[in-house]
Amino acid sequence: MVIRHRAPTDLRASDITPLALYRNRRAFLSMLGAGAILAGSLHAPKSHAQSPDQSARFDPYQQAPRNQGLSSSEELTAHEAVTSYNNFYEFGTDKGDPARYAGQMITAPWSVLVEGACERPGLYDLADLVPMSDLEERIYRLRCVEAWSMVIPWIGVPLHKILSPLGPTSKARYVQFETLADPKMMPGLAYPVLDWPYVEGLRIDEAMHPLTLMATGLYDAPLPNQNGAPLRLVVPWKYGFKSIKSIVAIRFVEKQPKTSWNQSAPSEYGFYSNVNPDVPHPRWSQATERRIGDFRRRDTLMFNGYADQVASLYTGMNLRRNF
Amino acid sequence: MTVKLFKILIFGLFSLPALWLLGQWGFYAMDAPHDLGFNPQEASNRFSGIWALRALIVALALGPVALMFRLTWPIQIRRMLGLFAFFYASLHLSSYLGLDLLGDMDAFWEDIKKRLYILFGLGAFLCLIPLALTSTKGWIKRLKARRWKQLHRLVYLAGILAALHYLYMAKGNQLEPKIYAAIITGLLLIRLWRLWPRIKRRTMKPIAQDITIKRDKAQARS
Ligand code: HEM
Repeated sequence: MVIRHRAPTDLRASDITPLALYRNRRAFLSMLGAGAILAGSLHAPKSHAQSPDQSARFDPYQQAPRNQGLSSSEELTAHEAVTSYNNFYEFGTDKGDPARYAGQMITAPWSVLVEGACERPGLYDLADLVPMSDLEERIYRLRCVEAWSMVIPWIGVPLHKILSPLGPTSKARYVQFETLADPKMMPGLAYPVLDWPYVEGLRIDEAMHPLTLMATGLYDAPLPNQNGAPLRLVVPWKYGFKSIKSIVAIRFVEKQPKTSWNQSAPSEYGFYSNVNPDVPHPRWSQATERRIGDFRRRDTLMFNGYADQVASLYTGMNLRRNF
Repeated sequence: MTVKLFKILIFGLFSLPALWLLGQWGFYAMDAPHDLGFNPQEASNRFSGIWALRALIVALALGPVALMFRLTWPIQIRRMLGLFAFFYASLHLSSYLGLDLLGDMDAFWEDIKKRLYILFGLGAFLCLIPLALTSTKGWIKRLKARRWKQLHRLVYLAGILAALHYLYMAKGNQLEPKIYAAIITGLLLIRLWRLWPRIKRRTMKPIAQDITIKRDKAQARS
């Protein structure tokens, strides 16, 4: 049985969960007992979720267990910053535009087109694509190519849990993703800042990597529209623009797919775009970054600090040439 | 009388952004609510940069405006606008070097070497320095009006470099930098158009001589 995906509008209150409240709730949960006990109580009989007075307590987002092994223990970036300082050019190029205009985007119902080299192509309803019962929380660093960074508690499922059931064939060497492009809901599309719709891609082994997350929420609630509701990619070892938002299509392809920023400026944005302090960018030094909320810059880490997990994906590759 | 009024008005108008910026950083320093957003250094760099460019554009536009409407006051407030452009460019550089890079000169040097837009910005700033220094009456006298005028044509180079700085900085295909660049190009074209008769006179002479020499040689040979 699948728990119905709540429309974001149902959850206005949790959209503004203050950081302190979030911390208290998580502290309370961990007080109840770690690991198995917690997981056990989290996966309470789902029928409870149906009764309205209990729905808050058994919300799949609030109950999503934290994947401690893959989570950073760094201080979280404030909820307000995460949800009001965004790059989502479909709504405008100002960092405040997404929070200002994304409210108009209708995210339910939402379907995703699956095409290409796979056994089960088709038009999928969001709930049929994302196994809500598998939602987990992961605290990841996000490093934007503009040399700022955040620490965000995402909620989602590892991408391989979505892709594997679709049965990619041996020809599926890459995966391409596409963002919604609806001019009625996205005022930024009126300007040819990029060649719309926004597209991104990963090599299949990158897509299947256990760190790669398909997020549907953050801070214990479904994704706010400005963060890419209702589903977005999170690839924590790559620059933020690889983590494509509001996905409407997934394509399994044989050749390296075109990606928007790469098309716009091939010399500046490579297909891989792995976080790399040693490969400079014509606009911003990538050696340092500003963690949002900090006054001072800090050093940027190779693969955004995920080198132990992902460096092996690129053995033998020249990372300067394949930037 | 009217000139004085305009001067006060424009001075007040162009002071406000700087006061706002300093005030916001004051709030930031006191941990009070401020309007610099979640990346104050970025906001501060951009805010001071765009006001430097605006002051520069207004300074460039005052000449043509004065000519077109046969007014004198635009010429009389031009120096103030030029100095505002230099002032905001200085704020801009201080914001970037002081508050963003925290005085890390190595990082700044890397920026200059690797990032074309920073090089353009630095070029624009370097152009503005001699203009600001020689903006006093004393310098006008010392340099003689003609030399002084020639020197101050550097302002157009500053404008071009500042426009390029903005164009090369913007990500993707954005409209605003193109609008600013178009305005500066327009002002430059007006200037060239007015200078054209003089340029023609100066460059045509040697060419004419050259032609007569060639003709004489050709006749001698035949
Ligand atoms: C050494 C000199 C300069 C340096 C190092 C410098 C550096 C910068 C930096 C770092 C940014 C922000 C880039 C970003 O946020 O991604 C910027 C933006 C800008 N700068 Fe400069 N700059 C310099 C001189 C100038 C001058 C002389 C002008 C104009 C007269 C100018 C006009 C601008 C403008 C218009 C922007 C964009 C503002 C916006 O996005 O709204 N800059 N500059």
